Amino acid sequence: MRISPKFTQALAVLVLGSATLLTVLVLLFVVAFVLIKGLPGVTWDFLSSAPKEMGKEGGILPTLVGTVLLPLLAISIAMPLGVGTAIYLTEYTRETRMTRALRFGTDCLAGIPSIIFGLFGFIFFVVMLKMGWCLLSGALTLSIMVLPTIIRTSEEAIRAVPNAYREVSFSLGATRWETVMKVILPNALPGIVTGMILGVGRSIGETAAVIFTAGSSLRMPMTVFDSVRTMSVHFYILAREGISNEKAYATAAVLIISVLLINLVAYTMMHRFISKRSK
Amino acid sequence: MMRLKINVEQVAKGLLTVVAFSALASLLLIAVFIFKEGLPFMFKVGLSDFLFSSDWNPPAGKFGIFSMIVSSLYVTLGAMLIGAPLGIAGAIFMNEFLPRSMMRVIKPTIELLAGIPSVVFGFLGVMVLAPFIREYMGGPGLSILAASIILGIMILPTVISISTDAIAAVPNSYREGALALGATRWQSVHMVILKAARSGIIASVILAMGRSLGETMAVIMVAGNTVRIPHSLTDPVRTLTANIALEMSNATGLAREALFATGIVLFVLIMILNAIAISAMKSKGGKR
Repeated sequence: MRISPKFTQALAVLVLGSATLLTVLVLLFVVAFVLIKGLPGVTWDFLSSAPKEMGKEGGILPTLVGTVLLPLLAISIAMPLGVGTAIYLTEYTRETRMTRALRFGTDCLAGIPSIIFGLFGFIFFVVMLKMGWCLLSGALTLSIMVLPTIIRTSEEAIRAVPNAYREVSFSLGATRWETVMKVILPNALPGIVTGMILGVGRSIGETAAVIFTAGSSLRMPMTVFDSVRTMSVHFYILAREGISNEKAYATAAVLIISVLLINLVAYTMMHRFISKRSK
Repeated sequence: MMRLKINVEQVAKGLLTVVAFSALASLLLIAVFIFKEGLPFMFKVGLSDFLFSSDWNPPAGKFGIFSMIVSSLYVTLGAMLIGAPLGIAGAIFMNEFLPRSMMRVIKPTIELLAGIPSVVFGFLGVMVLAPFIREYMGGPGLSILAASIILGIMILPTVISISTDAIAAVPNSYREGALALGATRWQSVHMVILKAARSGIIASVILAMGRSLGETMAVIMVAGNTVRIPHSLTDPVRTLTANIALEMSNATGLAREALFATGIVLFVLIMILNAIAISAMKSKGGKR
């Protein structure tokens, strides 16, 4: 017997629809579960005091500081490199074998697992350059990791600047560099900032690459050569070594809220940017 | 004044050209250092004793990672069996069956959730999933199954977001043509749209595969980390990534070189997957 197309259509809607629903529910469950278990433990005291007994008691203040400093440092190293690459690829060259190689390198770098970055950062920055486990080693490692994200988003943002802008700028006698600085970058800025924020979000959630390069000291960092522990690493250690589930949930809640907020900001900015451009 | 202007132009161009190589140079630097640390070890121990033996006991000088290669492949395969169908189904449903207004809510939600740190997924695996498996399926709970489910969930946003883009890139005239011929929505999807979006969907799955093969922290938490060849879904396993991260903190000398050699195996596997995914996206049908 031939199954009627109407039946397969109904079946498809049912199966695909439940799969979609399941996906959304599972992801929302993860967030909801952590927030419900963790939020009661998030008090002002928890955020503003230092941990005691390896995190079993007390708060997470030094890890909050680490979570702010490490991504900021990483992004300030990666931004000039990433935006520079994007400017070069869009404004200074045509598609050649070389640009294809550069893009391939960027794509491959994006696919490398964080543990490999951790291995590399450890042997190169920590051991070979004798920097030890510190803020700077971690930031340099993370900056390489977020580089592909920044290159891609900046490239898209720069490409979205209408060609008419460039033509007008050139016709007024501006040089290429003047056009880049005065016309293209200001217009592509929202898109570039979006990439930056996404990079920060990724750095905050990262554990494997950070734990082997920035270390896991619970002391407050004073210089870039001090070891730091980010919230992700702190949460991992609390959970894995079974130090305190209660503190682990609370840390996870703060971590998830920060990452989601950061991504939300990036996402809204990107949408504003796209809808403004498509008008 | 004029001279200065020309100089600025040339300095800018020169600097940008150098900077443009940063990503490629980093990639090469990473490859060089991982290989420099790990390759000599492979020859010292012997390639077959390293790759095809399951005897891992660094203090005794035994460095066989065969069971870890097998475990990594099992866990990745499991994750794909769970994540790929769900993700592709979600992408199809959102694009072809949901009204635009709902898609505009669901897609961003899923993309936002892509930012949930992997350690959080791992922790939930330990607190929720592992006890469930232990209770109803036996074994220690921390297992291939637990790791596959957690990774399967973690790759959902990757699969959905890239597949959605591929499906959205199929020209509307294809849909209209199929529908005008009397096809139902589902017929137009599986006869026309999936064929046109095939390479993008394949790329999303392969990228997700690379992600699950390379995932470390979540896997350490839920996979159980026992070094042996697994015989059932509920057996605990140690993957290549977990091996590196677990032993890194106290490994020195030959044992540390062994971890870099493990890194080489991982690096090579991932680069192969990357190359396939990138060429799939560039091939006909992936881009329009």
